[in-house]
Amino acid sequence: MTRAPARFFQTFPFGPRPDQTGEVSGLLDQHRDYVLRTVEERGVRLVRLWFTDVLGNLKSFAISPAELENALEDGMTFDGSSIDGFSRVQESDVLAVPDPDTFELLPWGEPGAAEARVFCDIRALDGTPFEGDPRQVLRRTVKAAHDLGFTFYIAPDLEFFYFEQPTAGLKPQPLDYGGYFDLTTRDAAGDLRKQTIRKLEQMSIPVEYSFHEDSPSQQEIDLRHTDALTMADSVMTFRLIVKEVAASQGVHATFMPKPLEGVQGSGMHLHMSLFRGDENAFYDGSDPHALSPLAKSFMAGLLVHAAEITAITNQTVNSYKRLVPGFEAPVHISWARNNRSGLIRVPIAKKGNPLATRIEYRSPDPACNPYLAFSLLLAAGMRGIEQGYELPEEADANLFEMDDTALAKLGITQLPQSLSDALRTMERSDLVHDVLGEHIFEWFLRNKRHEWREYKTHVSQFELDRYLRSV
Amino acid sequence: MDDASTAAGMLAVFADPIAPELARSLDLAGYSWKSVASIDEASDNEPADGWQGAIIDCTGDPENAWAFARTLRKSDGSHLKVLVLIGGAHLGDLHLRDDLFDDFCLSPFHPAEFEARLRHLLWNVGDAVSPAGELVEYGQLVLNLETYQATIANRPLDMTYMEYELLKFLAQNPGKVFTREILLSRVWGYEYYGGARTVDVHIRRLRAKLGEEHAGLIATVRSVGYRFGQSRWGN
Repeated sequence: MTRAPARFFQTFPFGPRPDQTGEVSGLLDQHRDYVLRTVEERGVRLVRLWFTDVLGNLKSFAISPAELENALEDGMTFDGSSIDGFSRVQESDVLAVPDPDTFELLPWGEPGAAEARVFCDIRALDGTPFEGDPRQVLRRTVKAAHDLGFTFYIAPDLEFFYFEQPTAGLKPQPLDYGGYFDLTTRDAAGDLRKQTIRKLEQMSIPVEYSFHEDSPSQQEIDLRHTDALTMADSVMTFRLIVKEVAASQGVHATFMPKPLEGVQGSGMHLHMSLFRGDENAFYDGSDPHALSPLAKSFMAGLLVHAAEITAITNQTVNSYKRLVPGFEAPVHISWARNNRSGLIRVPIAKKGNPLATRIEYRSPDPACNPYLAFSLLLAAGMRGIEQGYELPEEADANLFEMDDTALAKLGITQLPQSLSDALRTMERSDLVHDVLGEHIFEWFLRNKRHEWREYKTHVSQFELDRYLRSV
Repeated sequence: MDDASTAAGMLAVFADPIAPELARSLDLAGYSWKSVASIDEASDNEPADGWQGAIIDCTGDPENAWAFARTLRKSDGSHLKVLVLIGGAHLGDLHLRDDLFDDFCLSPFHPAEFEARLRHLLWNVGDAVSPAGELVEYGQLVLNLETYQATIANRPLDMTYMEYELLKFLAQNPGKVFTREILLSRVWGYEYYGGARTVDVHIRRLRAKLGEEHAGLIATVRSVGYRFGQSRWGN
């Protein structure tokens, strides 16, 4: 891996957030005013302050409307020591500072007792960005891209399963046995999906498609692109809404990457593009594939660093049971235009629309922390651009049918095979270290190694079935 | 559906005949206007709440145009805001006629300059006329600028701050076509990290929240941008 400094990375650590400069403080005042008036006018009784821990779990505490003005001004102090990946005990208090642009009414409050939520940035008590806050990691990564004139857009395809309420020790029970695009007759899931989409739209999360996926009771909802920070917030909201709506009907929704053996798991394919103002920087009409040199370098960056960032895009032991041949999940680090066995696919844009030119990164699963995953994907792509990485040849053959020698000849390697593999690769990565910062980098490795150790000591049903009698 | 720009007022345009580029600029900018050929016509066609302003084109028949301007001032005091269009060779005609007009624009004009001057000329006219300055209404959409609340067909709209600001901006400028860049700079007002496509994202959200029945309030104008409400220039 190259260690030469690049401009994108020299911008770390970042200066003050744009909203800390005097010029826009008037605007922020209006934001605050809007939030406070809305709370008053709509009879909001409870404001939920949301933030995300390092593992991507949504955290929340509620305040009364009377506290809100103070919270918007100075933030709310809370003890971060019990949040995964936050403070060490000796410096446990942190500030949750609401981002007023994310203030919205929750679509399930009772009339007359509405509830609202607002995402928070976490700061140290002295007001500096808190190093354990994943949202700040993404904020400074998109800021670095923005300083170079780029906006990073993401549209995720989110897959998940509906099951009957789980019973400990039993396999999950699907609601139906429908397949891809099936309109199942007893379509309880279809109804859930419809309700979910309505709530998503109410929460400013536009849906592009939704359908029954390949596996029993598996669903897919595709979101329309937004800038990466908005989308990371949206993914957090999305996961909550899907689970809330399901729970209201006595159904369990899960984003576990591979809940059922022998059928496809759940991925979160990410459609990505970089814009320079109004223009799609990935588009070049003169290229036979309509891809600009910049898009190619970005893809090369993703391919070069794919293995290093996999521990973040696929952060559970279970994630690696999805990344196996035969289930439409990528295994090899390669790209192609129309080959779903590769890591990166370049979809053909509808009517050659320049704005729709994009690349699809296929390995992440919906159990990841979207803030950290989006940060690393952007940083890997930007490194490709800045160092002028060469994009390797397109791999349009079915890679699953090739043996190792043939793959080696093409220079195609594999994604990490297990969480342990992925952690080892991540540990050696300057890129991941620089983007996440020392605090999260170190905490994540420690936490995940612990998870791996626990997994290693587990004796599975597979082993009992295989060895108990025969050995 | 009520046309909000009608409610905002009607412009009298003295020009004989009206130049196509003038008509087109007024339409694209979303103004309601009526061409008048004489003071009698201006008086006969005056809307119930009065003219919002007047544009006098002095490039065709200057003499006649200045006569119109003078009579207009006499009959109206100096309440009505008057914009004069004048050819470069006739700038001298403005001399000693300062009392007859409020602003002028060289003709042939640059549409953006013309629009900017007109907007500036009329910027506080609407407020003075409309007692409900805190409300923006268009069809079934009502925005209360004081409380930041909005309703469509009496149903409250839950919006983020930027969604509200965008809808407010559009509803205050019905019939006009805006590019993404303009919307970004006027509504977000600073270099927003989301970039110009942010506008598309917010328009998409607004349409979803307005509901299917009202989503058409915001029209996409192909390869230009967006327009709120009905076009003044057909479709």
